[in-house]
Order: sequence, then C-alpha cells, then structure tokens
Amino acid sequence: MTDAIVVGAGHNGLVAAAYLARAGLDVVVLESSPEIGGATRSEEAFPGFRFSVFSYLVSLLRPEVIHELDLVRHGLFLVPTASTLNPLPGGDCLFREADPQRTYRHIARHSRRDAEALFEYKLEMRRMGHLMYRLQRAAPDELAAAIGDRVVESAEHLDVEVSAEVADIARYFLDLPPARLRSFVQMLTMSSADFLGQWFESDVLKSALSSSSIIGSMLSPRTPGSAYVLLHHYMGEVDGVYREWGFQKGGTGAVAATIARAARSHGAEIRTQSPVARVLVSDGRAAGVVLANGDELRAAVVMSSAAPQISLGRLLDPGDIPGGAGLVERAARWQSGGCAGKVNLAISGLPRFECMPEPGPHLSGGITIAPGLDYVDRAYDDAKYGGFSERPFIDMIIPSVLDPDMAPPGKHVLSCFVQYAPYELAAGSWDEGQREAFGDAVVRTLAEYAPGIEDQILHRQVLVPPDIEAIAGIPGGNIFHGELRLSQLFLLRPDPAAAAFRTPLPGYYLCGSSTQFGGGISGGPARLAALRVLDDLRTADTAGGGGGETR
Amino acid sequence: MPRRAPQGTQAVQRALALLRSFTPEAPEHRLSDLAASHGLHPSTAHRLLGVLEAEGLIGRSPDSQAYRWVPGAPGAGDAGPSPRHNGLRPLEPLRTPFHRRTAALCESGAWRDWSGYTCVETYEPTPEREYWAIRNAAGLIDVSPLFKYEITGADAERLLDRLMTRDFSKSRTGRVMYTSWCNEEGHLLQDGNVQRLARERFLVSAAEPCLRWFEDCGWGMDVEVRDVSEEVGVLALQGPRARAIAEAATTGIDFGAMRYFDLAAGEVGPVAGGGPVTVTRTGYTGDLGYEFWVAAEHAEALWDALVEAGQDHGLLPAGLLALDMVRVEAGLVLIDVDYVSASHAEIEVLKVTPAEAGLGFTVKLDKQADFVGRRALELERDRGPAWAMVGLEVDWFELERLWSEIDLRPQIVGQPASREPTPVFAPGGWQVGQCTSRFFSPLLKKYIGLATVHADAAALGTELDVEVSVGYGRRRARARVVRRPFFNPARKTAVDPMPRVDE
Repeated sequence: MTDAIVVGAGHNGLVAAAYLARAGLDVVVLESSPEIGGATRSEEAFPGFRFSVFSYLVSLLRPEVIHELDLVRHGLFLVPTASTLNPLPGGDCLFREADPQRTYRHIARHSRRDAEALFEYKLEMRRMGHLMYRLQRAAPDELAAAIGDRVVESAEHLDVEVSAEVADIARYFLDLPPARLRSFVQMLTMSSADFLGQWFESDVLKSALSSSSIIGSMLSPRTPGSAYVLLHHYMGEVDGVYREWGFQKGGTGAVAATIARAARSHGAEIRTQSPVARVLVSDGRAAGVVLANGDELRAAVVMSSAAPQISLGRLLDPGDIPGGAGLVERAARWQSGGCAGKVNLAISGLPRFECMPEPGPHLSGGITIAPGLDYVDRAYDDAKYGGFSERPFIDMIIPSVLDPDMAPPGKHVLSCFVQYAPYELAAGSWDEGQREAFGDAVVRTLAEYAPGIEDQILHRQVLVPPDIEAIAGIPGGNIFHGELRLSQLFLLRPDPAAAAFRTPLPGYYLCGSSTQFGGGISGGPARLAALRVLDDLRTADTAGGGGGETR
Repeated sequence: MPRRAPQGTQAVQRALALLRSFTPEAPEHRLSDLAASHGLHPSTAHRLLGVLEAEGLIGRSPDSQAYRWVPGAPGAGDAGPSPRHNGLRPLEPLRTPFHRRTAALCESGAWRDWSGYTCVETYEPTPEREYWAIRNAAGLIDVSPLFKYEITGADAERLLDRLMTRDFSKSRTGRVMYTSWCNEEGHLLQDGNVQRLARERFLVSAAEPCLRWFEDCGWGMDVEVRDVSEEVGVLALQGPRARAIAEAATTGIDFGAMRYFDLAAGEVGPVAGGGPVTVTRTGYTGDLGYEFWVAAEHAEALWDALVEAGQDHGLLPAGLLALDMVRVEAGLVLIDVDYVSASHAEIEVLKVTPAEAGLGFTVKLDKQADFVGRRALELERDRGPAWAMVGLEVDWFELERLWSEIDLRPQIVGQPASREPTPVFAPGGWQVGQCTSRFFSPLLKKYIGLATVHADAAALGTELDVEVSVGYGRRRARARVVRRPFFNPARKTAVDPMPRVDE
C-alpha cells in the first residue's frame, strides 16, 4: 500500500520523498520525463563533454537537508567557487577574491571609498542572511501565527500550532534592532541599484553586486523589488558561511542523483516516464492520482513539486474543492515568465580574458559580464519589448576547471547563464534561427572580453525558456517556479489559500519552488512540506481519524 | 693555431672557477658546456678538470662520464669562506631541489620551516583550491625534507628486521613497507616507509634523523647506512588524476601493474633519457597517489614533466596546509603532533607504544627475528595498551547548537587543521585524553579529529566531549568515536585505478 505519492522528481520532489520515506512511509515519486532532476540535471550533451543543463551552482541547499538526509554519504561533493571576475571593456576588470584584503585592493582601483564600504555592506548582508536563515526554518503560517501572537495577542484565525522553535524565531524577528528591520524592509521593496547606492559610488561595483538581484527574474537592477532577489542569493550558505557557492562534482544532476539515492535508501520508489494527469479525489480528500495512461495509484497523501499552474491548475478539477474556481484562476495568473537562457559551450582550451589572459584562480570562480548598470538595464529593455538581449548579461562558470571529469583532458566546458531571453518573442517564435541568433549574441559578447573564444568553440548547446518548460516541466521556463517578488512571497506563495504547503483539498500538499522560500537548489520548501505532512498524519492518528490532516 | 698551455696564477684561477661551477644545485657538467661557459678551449678545460679529478675535488658520473660535484670537496660551488661539512654550510636555509620551481609559484609568500628546509605552506593566499585539487584532480607536494637512509649490504634485511616492528623476512624487492620502530622499552621512536630496491638495498624515509640509531643497531653487521637526505628529492603526486599524470610524465613504468605500496623504476619525462626516478604508490593523503624519488640533479626535470602532464588534468602544486588537511581525513598520525617520539619525550607519560599511537597493525610479534622493543611489546600484548588513538567526529547539528548560543552560524569552515592539543572528556565528566589534530572537513562536512584517549573510552560509538572555541568561549562539543580513516576512497588501493578519461 502506497502511503504517499510525490509528483515530480526534481530536487524538491526527491527531498520530500526522502523525508517521508525516512519517517517510514511507503512513497512513490512519479516523474513525467525519462530523467530525474527537473532543472537539476546534467547530461553528456556531446561525447566527453558534460553539462549542467540548466542550474549550475549550489548555495541555497539547506544544511538541515544535507545532514538529515546524510547527503555526503550519498555523493554530495561541493567544490567551492571562491572568486568572481567581472571583465570590463578595454582589458580592465573588477576581481573579488576569497581573501578580503586582496579584494579591497581590487576594488580600490575603482573606488577607495567603495573598497572600504564593501566590508560594511558584507557585514550587513551576512546579518540579513542570518535573519533569512531563521525565517527559513519555519513554515510561513506558523511564523505569521507566532508573530501575530505577539503583536495582536491573537492569531487563532491562522489555526496552527506554534512550536517553541517557531516562537523563538518570531521573537527574534520582532526583537530585531530598528536598523536591521529597516534593511529588511528595504530589501523587500527597493531596487537593487538604489539599495546598493546606499553604500557604493562605483558603477562597476554596483553592477557587479547587482548581478544576484536579477538572476532568474524579469527585472532590471533598477526595478523596485530586485533587492529581494539579491537577498534570496545572500541567504545561501556553505557550511555556515553565507554567500558561498559550490560546484557539485559531476554537475547539478549529481545533486539530484544524490538526493534520489538518499530517498531510495529509505525505500522510496522513483518512477520516470510516469506523467500524472490529475489528483484523484474521494470523499472530499485527495486519494491518489490518475496517470496519463489512465492507471490509478491510490495514496492517503499526495504532494506536488510542480509549479502552481500545474499543481493548482491542471492536476485539479475546480469542482472538487471549495473555492476551486478562484484557486485555478489565480494559479493561471501566477507571474512566472521565463527570462533566462543557457548557452553551454564545449571549447578546445581555456578562454583567455583580455584582463587576465593566463590560467589562474580566476577561472575557477564565477565570471560575470555585467560591466555597468546601464549595460544591464539596456539588456533588460530588449526583453521588455519582446526581444532577447543583443548584448546580454552573462553569468559564467567553467565547470571543467572545478571538476576535470566534465571534459576530456585539455578541453573545457563553459556554462553561460544568459539574460534576458523572454519566453515569447515579439518577432515570432523561438525557432532554430532565433536560437542561433541568441547563441551568436552570447559568443559575440564573450569575444569582446575573451578575444578568440569564437575559434575555440567545438560544440554549442542553446537553451531558451521554452526548452526549460519542455525539459524541466516548468511552465514559462521560470527557474524559480514564479517570480520572487513581494506579491508572490511568504503567505502569498503560491496562493493565499495554499501558502503553507497545505491546499484546500485535504491530503494534497505542495512542496516545490513555488512555495516559501522559493527557488534554487535548496530543498528547504520540500523539507518543511514533508514535515508538515508528517505532523498532520500524527495529529490525525492521535485524533483517531482515518489518516490525513484535520482541516 | 696552438694555444699556450695555462700557466701560473691564471691556471689556478681558471681551475678554481671551474671547481665553483659544481654545486649541490648544479652537480653535474659536461666538458663541452664547461669549456663554453668559462671561455676555455675544450682541451684546456679537460686538463684542468683532470687535475681537479685527480685531487678528488670533483668526480665522474658513472653513467654519462660527465664531471660531478663531490659532497664535501673543498672549494666546490660558491662556498665563500665558510667551510662545508657533509655537503652542508652553516647559516644557510636549506632549499629542496625543487625550490626554484616552488618559489616561483608561491604567490602567497607563506613559507614554513620543515626540518630546516623552507617549504611552501600555501601557494595561494588560502589553501582551499590546493586541498580540493588533491581530492578532485591532483596535487603536487614537495616532501623532500624527509630524512632518507640507504641501507645496503649482505645484512641489510637482517638490520631492518632487528630495527623494525614489521617482518622484513617477508619483504620483497619492488615493495614498500610501512612500519614503526621502537626503543627497548617498546616505546615508539618513529614511523616511516621502507622501500626494498634490491635484495641488499633498502631506502628508509623518516620524519626525523635516525642515522645514529640505525648504525648503532647494526653494530657488527655487514651493512652500510648512508644518509642520502640531501641527495634525493621527493615529490608526492596525489589525487584521482595522479595515475594519468604519472603515466604521461614518466617512461618505463607500467602503472597498471602497480599495486598499493609497490615501487617501480623508470625515467623522467615522456621520452626516455630524462634521468632515473623511483616511483612508489604511496602517500600521506589517503588518496590515489604516487611518490617520486629522484636525484637532486634531475629534480627540476621531474617537476617540469609532472606539471606539464598535469596541465590537462587540473593539477595544482599544493602546500603543507592542504597536505595537513587531507592527512587528517585519511586518519594518518603525525609524529610530534599526534604522538611524541620516545627519543625526545622528556617525561615518561608522554611515551607511547605503537598500539597506543594507532599503529598496532605494524607490530608483528609472530615474526621470527628478535627486534628492538619486542619483549616490552609482548608484555603489552598480554596486559593491553593503556591508551588508544581514535577518530572523533562532531556532527553538524552539534556545531550549530554551540554557535547558536552566540547567535552565529558555525564559524569553523575554512580553517586549516589545528595542531594545538585540546582536551577530551567523558561526557560531562573528567578528562580522558586529548585531541591533537582536528579540523572541519569541507568534503565530509564534519568536524573530525585524531585523539589519544584511555583505552576503555576508545570503543567505536563511544560518546566523548571535545573542547572547542566558540567565539571567545570554550565549549564542550559532543563527539563520537568513529572508524579511521574518515575518508577512504576505493581508488586509493584499487588494482587498476584509471579514472574516466575520454580520448
């Protein structure tokens, strides 16, 4: 007898399955595509060359998930990417290293004031990261209830039990010094350019730091709200150090494989090529799923890691649930357009950047083409009017430098995350010609900073939002399953009626990136969702119910 | 046109200049090169060199017939006024034969003294990339400061069987043995590797000098112990790509046939003729790896060949900080850090037996030969060792708990291995030992350490407290006794460890 079904074998679906199986449940994961991983996927696209197809670095992966699921034993192997190079026109650059004093020297070339301010900025961002670390440990409804308890002495309407840990987090949040709270509110509302402008004067540094505020988002650094995306990328940590990033040996697909091994070690079953058509409803509760081939699989609990357009749309019959029509309607309006493409290159040798032509540590870090705020803003403008950026923002790593197994000896792979590329082009569809033109724009841009790179290219893989949709199953191809903006966060993610992993359909839960705290290879939403399921099952057991939650 | 024979002071000056060309760093020269570099006609140079050779101030290389530096010859090299004994000059920092190469790459300027040699601590400002290279690609580590003793003669095997706790009657040519050696009380003096190069020729590598001890123990035997420490350079090539790199950088060695602790002789470079090198499948990292033993004059050629071959495999030169991190993961003890050699333990309580230092597996009480310390170790076998070397592990949640008391995430990653001993307690109780090497392994994502504890607190799974610094405070972290090594990849000992390499 299957106790729980998880829809989708992306990293979040697998994390949810692992937690449920670890608690002794009989779990089946149903994945529509032939491969697990979702957007956490690697492939040998060309003989000898391995690419992380979409996602490329790891930082948001929750330490709780790593250690509770014993992921190191199952293959987690994160090589740090310690530096960031921003090549600039004319052979100039901005380089940030692990060593803060050396970074000070690099920044001082552009502004001595900014070099000094960077220490202060990083300190404040570590504090913000620490605040987010706390908030991430609590389901949003619990947290709201706990905060409500303190603020209005009554939060009964939220109908949740608040654990001691959550009460503690609420107290921490409410006791924040005013300056910290101000930073937090600024980060929820401001543009990253304005937010960074409070510290820095140098355009190249502001532009370099604002990169994290646009990743995966149809936003310019000058769009209000982009500061939150910045915060999203500062709450990640590697072993307690905020803002560190790691490269998983073998590519991000190996992260999915690692979590899958953990899930299987607890008895979870993972079935690929098993698309789910809809959630089965019986007596007003979820009772399993109907597969696309018509088969029924019954279970008391169903969790979906898919985006809301699927989880709260396609998989549900609005008539089956109270308020169903409104829910489906809202899910359809969920803001989750794609904005980014991925250009993966196989190259015959290491690129020679005009600013640092020789091989060195800078090639094992991130390399970002974002030479100024105007540059990025113009790239955004292209997409705003339905085109891809002629001179795009590029966030690049060289995986084969971090892990020699990614390419044949002496050869390399380049992973270029590129913005902006809208899901729909004003000038027609993403046909072969448009894809090639987009790939050409990327290579042309790279060649401005690494002359000769165009002659080193052996193979090229160009992926645009419709590919992300088709391969990873994310509607619109938005890597976060929905924009990270205040209107889609906390108790509004992905819907006011389904904000805390539960949905209005008892027994049916959400566990993907579209739930709080959003996207990235974190596993955090899935962990909290699975704990919520287990909690509900326990409550039902003590209440003598028939399995399932009590609402 | 006949040239005038060198005469008078000019001939003396020329002869001295020639003599100064022979240094430990550049010990060998061909006649034609010397003639050219000194502006002499080859026949003049030949006559002058002949005199120097006849006086024993220089020698001839047995293979190439080139002229050769003689250790201790007066006047050789730019010795200046200070006398040279045993090839060593006073007040001069020792340089390994790879020094010119390592110095050119040591961007951080972080050097450390190791047995009098200046060695690179970390090439880059932080050891992070060097550490990961060893685990993910390959690292190249200069370990030349090891002391090396060549033991030759009809009684060479007999001497080793008397010195060492391992059974050398079972040692075979082409194999390396890791062993301990003790004093008469069974107290550990050192641990090290012994290569059997031929039936009557061994090479012992050790962290500390032991010429006198070996000679004294061999009194009356037909055996010669020669200190070759300064003559032999040693490079450790360690990591999953080590085999591919080693193969490309040497000739004449079948790496596919080399098992763990095998040794083989070959030549430096991708084509023959680069000078002889001995390769052992050994290392101090717990990973796949090889150590290269080379005469000082071929050292730079070896370095260059390995670096060249390593370019396509992510090879990085690695310093001692990275080495210390991986050796803790490998659970390997370090003399004078994890145990005190009985040769310089000032008080009795500091002395340990091999078993107490975690090296019980090197003691072969069933061997035929009598060996130094045997009777004491037999007594210990009967009553049991008093101490035990254990692996300790503190898990992530315990670290989180300790640091959350001061509202921080654990501030522990990115620190090199600590060699400051810290106390180990029974849970909430008295001290039962000390943790001597420890660090947070970014690979294993756990805080690990090597500790010496009372034998009754050493069982696997035993819970102990280890003291850690949390901010300015001292806290006790709950640890568990776990199996060593902490990290033990199959490739370390795999029969044919070829990583996946396409093309």
